[in-house]
Amino acid sequence: MNKTAIKINKLKSYGDRVDDGTVQLSFTLPVEPSPEAAEAARLLTQKMGFDEIKIATMEKAADGFSFFVIYANSKYSVDFSKIKVVKVEAKKRSRQEIDEIIENEIGRKLVILGACTGFDAHTVGIDAIINMKGFAGDYGLERYHWIDARNLGAQVQNEELLRMAVLEKADAVLVSKVVTQHNIHISDMKDLIRNAEKMGLKNKVMFICGGPRISHPLALECGFDAGFGAGTKPSEVASYIVEEVIKRMRSK
Amino acid sequence: MANLVLDNKLIASCRASAKRIAGPIEKLINDHTTISIERAALRLIGVEGALEQTNSQFFPEANIIVDNLKKADVLQQGVLYWFVNGMIQKKMAISELAAAVARNKIDLLKLREGSFAEISSKANEVCKEAVKKLREVRQQRDVIRDETGDTFDPEGRNGPLIYVIVATGNIYDDVTQARAAAQAGADAIAVIRSTAQSLLDYIPHGATTQGFGGTYATQENFRVMRKALDEESGRLHRYIRLTNYCSGLCMPEIAALGALERLDFLLNDAMYGILFRDINMKRTLIDQHFSRKIIALARIVIHTGEDNYLTTADAIKNGHQVLASQFINECLAINAGMSEEFLGLGHAQEMNPEHPDVFLLEIARAQMTRDIFPRSPIKFMPPTRYKCGDIFYSHLMDAMFNFVGVLTGQTIQLLGMPTEAMHTPLLQDRWMSIKNAKYIFNGAKGLGKEICFKENGVINEWARKVLSDTAALLAIIEEKGLFKAIEEKAFAEISRLETGGKGLDGVIKKHANYMNPFTELLNE
Repeated sequence: MNKTAIKINKLKSYGDRVDDGTVQLSFTLPVEPSPEAAEAARLLTQKMGFDEIKIATMEKAADGFSFFVIYANSKYSVDFSKIKVVKVEAKKRSRQEIDEIIENEIGRKLVILGACTGFDAHTVGIDAIINMKGFAGDYGLERYHWIDARNLGAQVQNEELLRMAVLEKADAVLVSKVVTQHNIHISDMKDLIRNAEKMGLKNKVMFICGGPRISHPLALECGFDAGFGAGTKPSEVASYIVEEVIKRMRSK
Repeated sequence: MANLVLDNKLIASCRASAKRIAGPIEKLINDHTTISIERAALRLIGVEGALEQTNSQFFPEANIIVDNLKKADVLQQGVLYWFVNGMIQKKMAISELAAAVARNKIDLLKLREGSFAEISSKANEVCKEAVKKLREVRQQRDVIRDETGDTFDPEGRNGPLIYVIVATGNIYDDVTQARAAAQAGADAIAVIRSTAQSLLDYIPHGATTQGFGGTYATQENFRVMRKALDEESGRLHRYIRLTNYCSGLCMPEIAALGALERLDFLLNDAMYGILFRDINMKRTLIDQHFSRKIIALARIVIHTGEDNYLTTADAIKNGHQVLASQFINECLAINAGMSEEFLGLGHAQEMNPEHPDVFLLEIARAQMTRDIFPRSPIKFMPPTRYKCGDIFYSHLMDAMFNFVGVLTGQTIQLLGMPTEAMHTPLLQDRWMSIKNAKYIFNGAKGLGKEICFKENGVINEWARKVLSDTAALLAIIEEKGLFKAIEEKAFAEISRLETGGKGLDGVIKKHANYMNPFTELLNE
């Protein structure tokens, strides 16, 4: 591919030619497959801003439902040079480096509590970050010599989590949210922060959330300090916490 | 089938070990009842009403009646003693009396007490009637299965049964999704429960349209879905099975409702609640026994939850925990009167997909589960742990899972979804998965009969290693006792205390005159 041909200020999706704008789509229409259903799918795709629409397949998914796979080209572009993303700014460090920094610059163990809150019972995420074995070859926070990490497990109520944070003098609280139906994760997260503020904990404890549908901007919107999405490794979370603790120590 | 070369003596000694592990639990079960068992007894005789609360939620009459007796410290005689005495004294029918007691119009403790013999005889009569009804439900199911030419074979000789979940939160949307899945080729539909229903110490009431991550299990929701699936079974000339979740604090009551509303499958595990929902051990073990007695009579197939061990702990390292737990589950279920062909022992394909020769290890695990429990309908669960948003790779993982399933003769295959780890399945996700499974189940149907595994090859060696690790683990559990072993993380790297967890206050020591005719009548 000839890199120079890419217009970074007019970035378009790519299939096999620069600027072809190729997109693959699939969706279901709640009508039986028919020539009319195919035409409806084409018109809908057109209304979405696509042209050169190719219906790859129309399948009967069930009585009264047709499923489409469609390839189409989008005429839209974005200016890549102007994109700004709010993201967690922390240098990625190894477990050893993090332990050394805590030992030398903080001089005490960091206390980190983690939980799946509300009715959420899916602990895969919080387990991956906290439990000894970690995730994708990256050891969990329990393995760090200079971190006292505790996984409180599933279905921990916000009040209980905050009570534990006070009791254990936590430096950071990790909240894992998986279930997102009716935006239950957002209301749970906002509720936690409201209660933390009432208890005067908001500036004493770092609040961090994670989960497959969690992003850093969403975390900030809910009043958290940081948010991590799917695939986050324990050392990335630890890197952020250490940097932030030091930053907060220095600003005092 | 391409069977493994396993040491049958070692398998027999694992079973013997499981039997000795279950021994001390028998006494615990015989000496105790729980508030949920008592509520299940009421539900079996037909108490199904509920009272509207100030928050416009409904609270079951069964809970109110049992809670009041517990508060008065008389539940050790059994709810049926007091309730049936009430029927005699007030000359009232079951639903009428239940409604009056729950509304404080009648106080069961202020009535004249009949003689024990009189109450006992009436209670027997009432419970016999209830058991007769359960038998009728069972017969009705046999008729429908016959009419639709049902081909289910517990030993998996007809290829894996296609099992999918619906989870919209709204029972009516679930019906739409379930019908579509059946039309696409699904043989069994599981209605996922709203998250954390297992921790509610009551069963919600009526048809529900709001749930989180699933739909509440209620008697009415069971009826709504059963009716829809009966219609689809008739139209498609293929019997469609209905599944729900018989776990958590209401385990015995869900078993009762499942039996009454003609469910086919119930997820039911002797230890799942202890490990993954932090429900007290005693409560869970006592509850599972009564649940399984109901399930045995109703001829429902249970699915055990060992797949969960592999989502929490490493699937390559912990195969022996799954097998050890399967032996214990098998023994406890048989102790409750169930037979092997109703034990859907669960396991999963959850190993790291990047591990060298991972399919050899997965095939070894799947085949040994089949071979060690030859008469049981093995339940095979799909990859979830290593799934991420790459739906195309995910679909491929599911295809390989389907391939292992058909090759090794699994009975019930819970299909993986391309969008696992993203959202509850959309109609098209399920359709894609079913198409994937049908293709592979058809194309590789006879493969297991064509091949054999090298006697000293990787697959046989791995199976032998897991079996010998299992025997060693069972020996440790036997020595320590199940409670202590769970405390010391025998399963899924989770520790639970005998006195910890939810629901211990709902365990009651039976009085010498404890009355519950179902204990005997459910035995066949």
